[in-house]
Amino acid sequence: MTVLNNEKTISIYNNSSNPKAYPPGKHVLTGNQSAAIGAFLCGVQVIAAYPITPQSPVVEELSKFVEDGELSAEFVPVESEHSAMGVCIGASIAGARVFTATSANGLAYMCEQLHWASGSRLPIVMGCVNRAMAAPWSVLNDQQDSMSQRDAGWIQLFCRDNQEIIDTVIQAYRIAEKVYLPVMVCYDGYILSHTVMPLEVPDENKVKKFLPPYIPHTPIDINNPVNINPVTLGEPRYNANGVLCHGYMEHKYLHHKALRDSLNIIEEVDSEYKDTFGRSAGGLFSLYKTDDAEVVIVCAGSLSKMNILVVDMLREQNIPIGLVSLRSYRPFPNQKLSAALKNKKLILTIDKSLSYGYQGPICIDVKSCLFEAGISSIVISFIAGLGGRDIKPYEIAETAYDYWNKFLNNELNSENIYESQWINCKY
Amino acid sequence: MTSILELPVDEYMLPGNRSCAGCGLGIGLRYILKALEGKCVMTVPASCLTVLGGMYPVSSVSVPWINSVFPGTAAMASGVAAGLKALKKEDITVLAMAGDGGTYDIGIQALSGAAERNANFLFICYDNEAYMNTGTQRSGATPKGVKTTTTPIIGKMHSPKDMGQIMEAHRIPYVATTCVSYPTDLYDKVKKAREIYGLRYIHLCVPCPSGWQYDPQNTVTIGQLAVETGAVVLYEIENGVFRLTGRSRRLAKDGKLKPLTEYLSAQKRFGNISSDTLEELQEYINKRWEEFISKDKTLFE
Amino acid sequence: MNTRDCGHIISGSSPAKGEAGKTGEWRTQRPVLNREKCLAVKANKDICYQCWAFCPECAIERKPGGPVDLTYCKGCGICAQICPADAIQMENEYDSSEQRKND
Repeated sequence: MTVLNNEKTISIYNNSSNPKAYPPGKHVLTGNQSAAIGAFLCGVQVIAAYPITPQSPVVEELSKFVEDGELSAEFVPVESEHSAMGVCIGASIAGARVFTATSANGLAYMCEQLHWASGSRLPIVMGCVNRAMAAPWSVLNDQQDSMSQRDAGWIQLFCRDNQEIIDTVIQAYRIAEKVYLPVMVCYDGYILSHTVMPLEVPDENKVKKFLPPYIPHTPIDINNPVNINPVTLGEPRYNANGVLCHGYMEHKYLHHKALRDSLNIIEEVDSEYKDTFGRSAGGLFSLYKTDDAEVVIVCAGSLSKMNILVVDMLREQNIPIGLVSLRSYRPFPNQKLSAALKNKKLILTIDKSLSYGYQGPICIDVKSCLFEAGISSIVISFIAGLGGRDIKPYEIAETAYDYWNKFLNNELNSENIYESQWINCKY
Repeated sequence: MTSILELPVDEYMLPGNRSCAGCGLGIGLRYILKALEGKCVMTVPASCLTVLGGMYPVSSVSVPWINSVFPGTAAMASGVAAGLKALKKEDITVLAMAGDGGTYDIGIQALSGAAERNANFLFICYDNEAYMNTGTQRSGATPKGVKTTTTPIIGKMHSPKDMGQIMEAHRIPYVATTCVSYPTDLYDKVKKAREIYGLRYIHLCVPCPSGWQYDPQNTVTIGQLAVETGAVVLYEIENGVFRLTGRSRRLAKDGKLKPLTEYLSAQKRFGNISSDTLEELQEYINKRWEEFISKDKTLFE
Repeated sequence: MNTRDCGHIISGSSPAKGEAGKTGEWRTQRPVLNREKCLAVKANKDICYQCWAFCPECAIERKPGGPVDLTYCKGCGICAQICPADAIQMENEYDSSEQRKND
C-alpha cells in the first residue's frame, strides 16, 4: 500500500465529518442504517439505487444525507436495478466512488450488469440485503439471491451483525479499489437489515486515513482515448504496434487471478482495520471453539452469530462442537478452510439457499475443499430458514446433537450423506 | 446553417474499420464526432456501432468509448455524467449512441428513466430500422410491410413506434430528427445539442445497404428519398418549440413530397408489399406531414 | 509466446487505422476520377468536396481531386453516385488489377 498523503486524501472527500445524527461512538442502529452510514463515511460520490424490500431504507437514509447537504454526492434515482448497476458502472469508470444496494429479484435483474461490472474490474460496493428469490413471492430472508450470483466474478462477503456491516462496507472499498473488483456486502434481510443493535460508528477522519482516494485503472481521457470492453476474440490479437495482446481467455484468467489474490488482501485489510479501529470483521472466516472440536458447524451470515449460542449449549452437554463462520464466500478460502477443518470428524454445513438438484452451495464448496486437501470427514448438508422460516437455536442444537450421536453410533445412512437435510421442513 | 465546405477537416473515425461497404453509419459518426470536436465519451451497446468500433486491441475511433450491455446505454451514460459531475469534469460531452433496437426496444426503459431525470447526456439513436448486426430481424422501428429475417414472407404486420414523439412527451430540452444524407443538418443539430444541459435526443436515419437491400452506392440517395417522400421528416424541438429543418423545411415551404413508391421501390425489403399496405403507408405519411406542417408555427413567419 | 495487455488491466483498445485490416481488399470496384470533369480540380480551389463529405470510410482527402486511400476504400461507390459533375466512375477491380500487372 502506498503511503498516504493525508491532506491530498482529505481533499477528495466532500463531506467533512460524520453525519450529524451519527457522531463517532456507540449507537443503536439497524443493519440498513449501518450500511448507509458506512457508505457516507467512505465519501461515496455517486449513489444509484432502486427501491426493493428489505433494502429500501439504505437508500432512503443516503438520499436524506444528500438532500440535507451533508453528503455531497450525486444521487441517481434510477428506474430499475438494471440501470442502478449501469449507472454505477458508468460513474465508476468516470472515476467516482459509487454505492448501491439491492435484494433478491433486484439482484437477479442486475445479473448481466454484475458480470459487466466485474469484467470491467470496477471497485463498486453493493449492499446485498439477502432475501428469498421468487416465485412464489417472499420478501423475507434467505441467501438464495447472492448465492445465485456466486459466479458473477464479484467478491462476496457475509456479515454476522450490524457492526460488521458498517465495518465491512468500509473495508470493501479498500479491498475493491486495491484489487479492482466489485464487492457485494451481504447481510440478512430483516434479521439484520431491520433489527436494531448497538454498534460503534467509526470516526470519519480515521476512515479517511484508512481509505485512500479511488484511482480508476483506465481513466477517461480525450488525449489518450481508450475503447473499453470492445469485442474481444478468444484468440490473442496483435495491436497496431505488433504486440500480441490478450484474448478473451487471458482477460478472464486475470480476472480470476485477481479474485484468488484478493484472499490475502481481504485478510490484510481486516487486520489493518483491526489495528486502526480495534475490531476485526471476521477476516476470511472466523472460528469459535474449533480447536478441540470434533464436530463443526459451517455457515454464513447472521446464523453464525446465533450458532455461537448453539455451540455453547452443546458444550454444556459435553459435545465437542465448534463453529466456522464463513465471511468470504467468493473468493472461497479453500486452503485455509480445509486446514481449519482438518481432523474434524463430522462437519455440519447449514445453507440458507440451495443449488437446486444438489445440495447447499456452502456444503458443496466445503466438500470440495476437503477433498482436494485429502480430508475425508463426513459432511452433511443442512438447508434451513428458506423464505424467512424461523430458525431457533434449540432446533439447530437438537439437530447437531442428533447427528453427532448418529455418527458415534455408526447410524448415518446414505440418505444422510447424499441428500441435504431440511431443518424444520414439515413436508 | 453550416455548408459542406465549412465542415471541420479533423476526423475522429478512422479508415479501415469493420463497417460494411456503403454503411450510412460511417457518414453519421464522422459528423457527430466533428460537431463534438472529439471532446466526448461514448457509451455504446451491442450494435453495428460496436462492430465499427473494432475488436480488441484496436479501436477505429479516436475518442473515449465505453461499451455497454444492450439495454443499458442510457443508464451507463447517466452514470458517466453523474460521475463526471461529482468529479467536476463536465467539460466533455457524454454521448450515448444506440441502434433502433437498443433504443426503441430493449433500451427504452433506461432511456425513458434517464429522460425523466433529465440526465446530462446526448442520446443519438441511429435508426437503420431493424436488428442489422444480428442479421436484419424486425425491430420496433421496422416499417410496416418490410421483409426482415423474422418477417420473411408476409412482411412486418405492425407499424413502428414514433420514437421522436415518445421522447418529446418526456419534455426534454432538445429532440431532433436527421439523416446521414444531410451531414450539415446532422452536424448543426449535434453542435446545438452539445451546448444544451440535460437529456438531448437526436434520431438519425441511417440507410443500410445489406438490410434494406439496395446497392451500397445508393446509401445517400436512398436517405435523400426518405426525406423527399416524407418517410423521414427532419425537425427539431427546442424547449418545446417545433420546427421543420433543412430539406423538410424547404419541402414544406415551397415544394411537395415525392410519392412514397419512389422510396420503397428503390429497396428490395419492400419487395412484395401489398397495394393495401402501400396505400395505408402513403395515407399515414400524408397525414403526418400535414400534422408536422401545422405543428410548425415558425414555418410561415 | 506470452500475450500482453495493452496498458490497461481490462480489455481496452487504442485507436489505429485499419482495425479490420486493409479493407481495400474487400473492394470489387474502384473509384476512378476524371480530372477533366472534377469541379475542384478544374477550379483548383476548395469547392464541392461532396465525395469527401459523403465517404463513409473517411478514405478521400479534402483537396482538389483528393486522392482516394485505396488501402482502405471499400469500393461502395457513394462518391461516384453523389458526384454532381459525374467525374467519378466505378471500374471493375478485376480489370484494374489486370491493368496494374501491365503497368
